[in-house]
Amino acid sequence: MRAFAAQARAEVWMTLRNGESLLLALGIPVLLLTFFATVDVLPAPDGTEHPVDFLAPGILALAVMSTGLVSLAIATGFQRGYGVLKRLGTTPLSRPGLLAAKIVAVLVVELVQVAVLVPVAAGLGWRPSGAMASALAAVLLGTVAFSGLGLLMAGALKPELTLALANGLYLVLLLLGGMLVPLASLPGVLRTLAKVLPAAALSDALRASLGDGLAVPGRAWVVLLAWAVAAPVAAAATFRWE
Amino acid sequence: MAALSVDDLVVRYGPRVAVDGISFAVEPGTVLALLGPNGAGKTTTVETLEGYRRPSSGTVRVLGLDPVADRAAVVPRIGVMLQQGGVYPTMPAGAVLRLFASYYPHPVAPDDLLDRLDLQAVARTPWRRLSGGEQQRLSLALALVGRPEVAFLDEPSAGMDPAARRVLGAVIRGLRSDGVTILLTTHDIEEAEKLADAVVIVDGGRVVAAGTPDDLMRSGGGDEIRFGGPPGLDAAALAAAVGGAVAEDRPGEYVVSLAATPSNLARLTARLAEQDVAVADIRAGRQRLEDVFLRLTARPSAAEGERSSRRRRRGVG
Repeated sequence: MRAFAAQARAEVWMTLRNGESLLLALGIPVLLLTFFATVDVLPAPDGTEHPVDFLAPGILALAVMSTGLVSLAIATGFQRGYGVLKRLGTTPLSRPGLLAAKIVAVLVVELVQVAVLVPVAAGLGWRPSGAMASALAAVLLGTVAFSGLGLLMAGALKPELTLALANGLYLVLLLLGGMLVPLASLPGVLRTLAKVLPAAALSDALRASLGDGLAVPGRAWVVLLAWAVAAPVAAAATFRWE
Repeated sequence: MAALSVDDLVVRYGPRVAVDGISFAVEPGTVLALLGPNGAGKTTTVETLEGYRRPSSGTVRVLGLDPVADRAAVVPRIGVMLQQGGVYPTMPAGAVLRLFASYYPHPVAPDDLLDRLDLQAVARTPWRRLSGGEQQRLSLALALVGRPEVAFLDEPSAGMDPAARRVLGAVIRGLRSDGVTILLTTHDIEEAEKLADAVVIVDGGRVVAAGTPDDLMRSGGGDEIRFGGPPGLDAAALAAAVGGAVAEDRPGEYVVSLAATPSNLARLTARLAEQDVAVADIRAGRQRLEDVFLRLTARPSAAEGERSSRRRRRGVG
């Protein structure tokens, strides 16, 4: 327990001390949110009063994705490359213990992100309403799905490749994830593809929970849950420690 | 019961045989040095004992336990120093050591270890900014912070300056007197000679010699006299003068096939004096461990070993 707590603290410290991951966790989401909420260039779906009502849940989904998918993948990939994971293999810190510490670190960073992004969005006129419980459930499922994808890359690929692929996926999922651009604005094939990806499922679920007061579409739950099961299982099956 | 035992260990990586039937045991509270050229199978053997690899055949035991199957019981009782890396690059030395201390039930106080290993001055320096020798000493500290009963030190002196080597020597002797069992791999023959209770020399995945440093240095050394001098001496003329065959083993390293008796030595030195040969050293009767090592792991025999193991593999496959 002491080992786990110390490891979780160390993981949080390393994430928050790392300039790139701070930029990714806070800088980019705050920038995108502020820019597109004030400069009215993106297509907002019909019935949205103010761009921020559409953007804020999408940016929260982006924040979850950047921490679970990108930061976790890159950090873990390089730790594997540096032999840190191998070295930990001969200490009493168990692998489940290490994994749990990483999950706690992701959740703590997400709390920091929420604590920054929600006030910024509120300052831009966002008034979140509604179903906190279902928003929380969506964030947890999204965290598991994205962390699983991050660890899937980190455990199987060279760190440099993980870095490139995580950043590429981040961009693709940002554009196809209903975070800035509504899915309805995408052409048919892309829209169909986007609907089965975890990014759009998470932003749809958050937008329904926090914004328009509608029930989260069943499709979003199914897609989120499927990724939250498949990605960690695939990661566990393929992860190489050295 | 031996603290460590390796019994007919074979480890294959795909078609390559890295370890080809190695056996040895380490008694509790002793230091064993595993000596051998690059690619001899030292690291593979150590990593099998550490539980990183499974034997292809044969068995290894650490404190009587299987390091893979009984991992949870083994890891709190061992300390591991990897050959390189293995540390969070951005984390300061002191923080890494405190983190590792938190993994163990009864750790050494991190500050004491930093003092002992002369790392207090760099306690706030991130790992990646440490010098090679400082990284080695921190790796050693990480191996020792959990009060291990068995310490595995893979090339511990690599990259260390002479002062750091003395610190390392003192630490190893201190551990030994505390009853810690130590397995170290090294290229540094002098280090093995000074620190080890027993030496196992491996080459081509097999044990080529084993014993105490004294045993090894005495063995086979009685019937030759060795001396160092300028390369290219006339070996035939010298042989005729002293009455025994003379061979230039390596440039500037001569072996005279004569029993190491005072009269033979006198004849040799008289002849060398006549010729006014600048002699670097003369060794008779008792070889240095380096001579034993070089004789046993000389390239031709290593190549021969590889050929024969390839033959064996074909036989097996």
